Amino acid sequence: MMRRDPLLIVDGLRVTFDTPRGPVVAVRDVNFVLGREKLGIVGESGSGKSQTGRALLGLLARNGRVAARRLSFDGVDLLRAGEAERRALRGGRIAMILQDPKYSLNPVMTVGEQIVEAFRVHANVSRREARLRALAMLEAVHIREPGYVFDAWPHELSGGMGQRVMIAMMMVPEPDLLIADEPTSALDVTVRLQVLALLDDMLARRGAALIFISHDLNLVGSFCDRVLVMYAGRVVETLRANELRSARHPYTRGLLACQPRVDGDGSDLPTLERDPAWLR
Amino acid sequence: MNRAPAIEVAGLDVAFGRGRRAFRAVRDASFSVTAGSSFGLVGESGSGKTTVLRALAGLLPPAARFRGELRLHGGLLRPARSRALRRRLQLVFQDPYGSLHPRHTVDRILGEPARVHGLDSIDRRTVAALADVGLDPSFRFRFPHQLSGGQRQRIAIARALIIEPAVVLLDEPTSALDVSVQAEILNLLQRLRREYALTFVLVSHDLAVVSHMCEALAVMRAGEVVETVSVDALRADTLQHRYSRQLLQAAQGYRSTAAGMPPAER
Amino acid sequence: MSAVRAWLLVDVPRSRWQARCQRFFFAWLAFRQNAGAVAGLAIVGTLVAAALLAPWIAGSTGVVPDLGNRLQPPSGAFWFGTDELGRDIFDRIVWGSRITLYIVGLVTLIVVPIGLAVGVVAGYVGGWLDGALMRLTDIFLAFPRLILALAFVAALGPGLENAVLAIALTAWSPYARIARAEALTLRHSDFILAARSQGIPHHQILAGHVAPMCISSVIVRLTLDMAGIILTAAGLGFLGLGAQPPTPEWGAMIALGRDYLLDQWWVPAFPGLAILVVSLGFNLLGDGLRDVLDPKSRS
Repeated sequence: MMRRDPLLIVDGLRVTFDTPRGPVVAVRDVNFVLGREKLGIVGESGSGKSQTGRALLGLLARNGRVAARRLSFDGVDLLRAGEAERRALRGGRIAMILQDPKYSLNPVMTVGEQIVEAFRVHANVSRREARLRALAMLEAVHIREPGYVFDAWPHELSGGMGQRVMIAMMMVPEPDLLIADEPTSALDVTVRLQVLALLDDMLARRGAALIFISHDLNLVGSFCDRVLVMYAGRVVETLRANELRSARHPYTRGLLACQPRVDGDGSDLPTLERDPAWLR
Repeated sequence: MNRAPAIEVAGLDVAFGRGRRAFRAVRDASFSVTAGSSFGLVGESGSGKTTVLRALAGLLPPAARFRGELRLHGGLLRPARSRALRRRLQLVFQDPYGSLHPRHTVDRILGEPARVHGLDSIDRRTVAALADVGLDPSFRFRFPHQLSGGQRQRIAIARALIIEPAVVLLDEPTSALDVSVQAEILNLLQRLRREYALTFVLVSHDLAVVSHMCEALAVMRAGEVVETVSVDALRADTLQHRYSRQLLQAAQGYRSTAAGMPPAER
Repeated sequence: MSAVRAWLLVDVPRSRWQARCQRFFFAWLAFRQNAGAVAGLAIVGTLVAAALLAPWIAGSTGVVPDLGNRLQPPSGAFWFGTDELGRDIFDRIVWGSRITLYIVGLVTLIVVPIGLAVGVVAGYVGGWLDGALMRLTDIFLAFPRLILALAFVAALGPGLENAVLAIALTAWSPYARIARAEALTLRHSDFILAARSQGIPHHQILAGHVAPMCISSVIVRLTLDMAGIILTAAGLGFLGLGAQPPTPEWGAMIALGRDYLLDQWWVPAFPGLAILVVSLGFNLLGDGLRDVLDPKSRS
């Protein structure tokens, strides 16, 4: 294994959408190199953070176009890879977790059947074996009664439980890279931390990398190793997560300052003044 | 503050469904809100905080069973409300994408309630209401889909204020917004509260927002109020109940060592 | 032209009128993407044009017999041939487009308000009223349309107006169902709750807030149903219970022409073709409108 080589190289990524009012550039000139680490991509809505994640997986809407100088995953050129090769990567070595498990799980299959199917596709094992592994996987995501959840329907699960199941399913093919787009935003605050701890644990166990896309600077700062801050389709600053408080870019500093604090004094919050010069 | 309470909730019980499948969404909740102050209701999903707000707004579904007393400036609030009473209590919803009618222009969204309550010079009021929430008159003829989330929430606030209520009920008014927009909306709400001497009841899961906005708060869990404290206790970190402390801790962000292995849930 | 376009594309509308025009313009841009829908619109447009311009398009009134030219095959003089009384079939079809349009228009005027009103009230108010209105709808839904229409016409006497009335009375129930389904989901939406909490009276919420959200799916369903309505009207005409001779109603033309099907095929074939094309046109248009109007089918 070439563990020391970067897992993902993104160079000059650009995402454009064709609309009735002409092309709209959602992501422009995004560069980063990802090792076996937890990388956070933070930005507000419209910053292009989600489109960046989707572009890596080839999951853009139909009117979206991806261009880049280089886009390679563990030596595979994603720009030149055929549809079949990309699909194999997407289902196997790169996995994605979305915000709301309600929309990611098939509503007419029980949770267990869906995990079993994932095992049968990726591990080529018998039904019996797949079932045992699925139950083990549910246990691994700290579900106390795997048998009960195995037979449950997606709509019977709470948000936190659904997200655990999603993590379990995404871990089945033992991916090298997990892209999580706001995986905890739909969850209650106390459940959120449990799910993150679980994610952390699973990543460490498999030695997988994570791209964590979120609007929550504090959360990303406390969870990831490195943070990309995006604004209007561009990366304005790249930081080590523990150096977040010493951010340089006025946008990052503005984002940090405008959040209310539990120990604040209730006076007016500083608001973010957007400088057109940031767009250059 | 020794002013009279604007809102009193005493022994509120709300249940949905009947018999075996009955579900008590709120159990024996009591609190009161001083006129001109801002009161926070904090809790996670299923805590019943939104149900309390809907009960105050008179928006519980007819099937809900309801016990206890709700008072607005001393007067009893019943589920069936007169138009004049509805006017005094206005609601701002969480999701600015769902709370504005998609086929109505801003002009109609603001003008219709004013007209229904028989106010005069609607045109002037519409423009003034836009100015109040920091939007210029050019927004008047846009449809909601032509607005950003923050602008929509401003319109929703303008709609609530155009009929000059005494109390505004805020249901997670910023949780669907970006943080920079949240700051603007929170500042706007604080300014409007001062200018129009409004009373706020703010429902939120975010202790930081509640700490910023409110003078007092109640923490709810599974339909019950577990703790009612002043915001000073929150800022000084002297919350009593174990669950309130847990919420406060969660608000501080992720700590891999402190969080440790998550307890299993069912 | 470009000034109009710029006015339509501007980000900030200056008036109510401009805002409304913009909405239609964007719907039109989406509609234009669908080739089938544009074809449907063209067919329906042709139907309307033929109906409006019939006196100028048609060379004759289409009702006066000309026995010297009985059963002429299609030719330069008679594009679609002539029928058993020597009347030009092309002219009759052109005049018949007025009748088709009349049927379509009248059915729409009756069906949409009734269906919408029943469905919206049932869905929004709920409770026993919902139950009562929906059972009524079920009763109408359970009858086979043509049979009920036959019974109505038999009771009221044959004629075009009665046929239309009969069709409308049997056709409104699916619209009530659709409108109710929409109203049910709207009832708990935030913007309706907001309107209620503002003290806007129920009738105003129904007419100004709920109904406009239901009307697009009703219109889509209506255009998709139009083919069936035209066919039912033609069927009644065919059975002699709709338009009465010598009115050039397409169904009645087929009925009279069926005796000549083997030797003078053009007599029933061309009115049949007209019904086919117009039905297809409405269906294509309906598909296109659904893509534009129905928020659920939009991604």
